[in-house]
Amino acid sequence: MKKTDNVSELAEIARQIRINVLKMIHLAASGHPGGSLSAVEILVSLYFSKMNHSPSHSKTDKRDKFVLSKGHGAPVLYSVLAKCGYFPEEELWTLRKFNSTLSGHPYAPSTPGVEITTGSLGQGLSQANGLALAGRLNKDDSIVYCLMGDGETQEGQIWEAAMTASHYKLGTMVAFIDNNELQIDGFVRDIMGIEPIAKKWEAFGWHVQEIDGHDFGAISSAIEKAKAEKERPSLIKCRTVKGKGVSFMENLAKWHGTAPNADELKKALAELGVA
Amino acid sequence: MTNMLSLRDFYGKTLVELGRSNKDVVALDCDLSGSTRTSMFAKEFPDRFFNMGVAEQDMMGTAAGLAAGGKIPFASTFAIFATGRAWEQIRQSIAYPDANVKIVASHGGITVGQDGPSHQAGEDISLMRSIPGMTVIVPADAHEAADAVRWAASHVGPVYIRLTRDKFPVVYDEKKTFAVGKSTSLKKGKDLTFVACGMLTYVALEAEKMLANDGISAGVIDMASIKPLDEQAVLDAAVETGAIVTAEEHSIIGGLGSAVAETVSEKHPVPVIRAGIPDTYLSSGTPEELMEAAHLTPKGLADCARRALALKKKK
Ligand SMILES: Cc1ncc(C[n+]2csc(CCOP(=O)(O)OP(=O)(O)O)c2C)c(N)n1
Repeated sequence: MKKTDNVSELAEIARQIRINVLKMIHLAASGHPGGSLSAVEILVSLYFSKMNHSPSHSKTDKRDKFVLSKGHGAPVLYSVLAKCGYFPEEELWTLRKFNSTLSGHPYAPSTPGVEITTGSLGQGLSQANGLALAGRLNKDDSIVYCLMGDGETQEGQIWEAAMTASHYKLGTMVAFIDNNELQIDGFVRDIMGIEPIAKKWEAFGWHVQEIDGHDFGAISSAIEKAKAEKERPSLIKCRTVKGKGVSFMENLAKWHGTAPNADELKKALAELGVA
Repeated sequence: MTNMLSLRDFYGKTLVELGRSNKDVVALDCDLSGSTRTSMFAKEFPDRFFNMGVAEQDMMGTAAGLAAGGKIPFASTFAIFATGRAWEQIRQSIAYPDANVKIVASHGGITVGQDGPSHQAGEDISLMRSIPGMTVIVPADAHEAADAVRWAASHVGPVYIRLTRDKFPVVYDEKKTFAVGKSTSLKKGKDLTFVACGMLTYVALEAEKMLANDGISAGVIDMASIKPLDEQAVLDAAVETGAIVTAEEHSIIGGLGSAVAETVSEKHPVPVIRAGIPDTYLSSGTPEELMEAAHLTPKGLADCARRALALKKKK
């Protein structure tokens, strides 16, 4: 797997990841396209540019770790892991099938490259903190990355974990919020408002940055700034578009958890340059 | 005078010993470290102890992350909060991915006493037993508790160990080896068998003496390993004595009594009477008053034995 900082190379990888996300959800006939597509650039930047990781690393090797706290984004994580060589691309087409290694939500014991099991929202940040604390005890200053949904931060446990990361001065913690402003039942602001996001996390002791979550340059420099922050955990609030990259899916709650049918898939792939 | 020893004191001491021999052992607590005795570990290994504040869900998740990072976390708080507040975290973040987390909860049952039903845990065994992959241990006394804690540290996978606030009368003179999935036969009987856990093991031994005076021969089994259950011992008791009384400081719903009844009814049906906390909230009070109210006394167990024998005769 080749790492790159070149924005057009990363954009091409992102395009391929989007294609696989849509194909796998279509074949599974269920899954979550909206929140997978909004997080593509974040994961592509991490896995193809920023993170120290490799499929040849063993469970005990020093490496950066990624926790997909919003576990329903599994398709984007699986697509990225397959492209990195953690498992063959063909496995993507078994998503959600009986006895597949790719469960509906990330399951560490069965999927190479998945560090932490998630799916029940609100539980990933605590586990990421645990990884960061274990790293500290092991004198390993690898970074622990964690991606949360904005709706997910309505969970109380997120705020317990936010306190923990700052109390224990987890400078190796870099968390993202995929701030696509939608959840299942509608807009986050209508369901249960979470603003002001930045002020809240700052008040909890975090170093906070706000960026465009589809801009590779912005993601890259925000990660570098976050890594330079050694005393505080870092939050990168990413403005994103749910369903990004497929015009008819963008900004619609409906595409949170609906699989595209054959026609919709064809239309979507055409938009992504598949003839 | 019976020798009384505190299970949580033995936990605290054992955890420190484990900490000395294995630097990967770490401990977490939710602002109850004095009560659970993880404070002893905290004092000797401040860098390996994490007080999580009053945040049980976060504690379980953090413990899971520490386990994923190669540590052997012991997470402690009161039984009701560990298993009740954080049940889903234990299910999702710990048991489902088979995280190597040890949950050692103090203040199980009603001997918590004066704090009242808000702090009494009569559901924890049931809550933990229903989670696939979870090992559930309820030691009979402090010596067995200490060895169960040692065993848990050596075993890879999630474990729940239930301790109590109160001191227990000792059942074992000193060292007791805990073996998972195995029970300890303390007394062989002919007419019925008590299958007990926790402090009720001692109470069952007392009940056995009362019954012996009336010419009734009762066996007593210490079933500290509730999951996996020593099914063979339960079935042997069913075959050999034809009646069973389960005894536990836990609701009659979902705990040891249920586990035994499930096994017996499927594999060798004989009468099973469950002694335990009735399906209700009791009250504040002294441990003795509460145990009396739940009939978890030698006399209460002897009465259950007679009911079991009457059922056995009817068969
Ligand atoms: C504890 C829990 N409650 C409910 C759900 C069901 N659920 C799945 S996704 C979702 C909405 C999440 O919204 P958000 O975090 O904003 O995700 P995104 O929009 O990025 O997909 C809900 C309620 C869940 N997975 N876990």
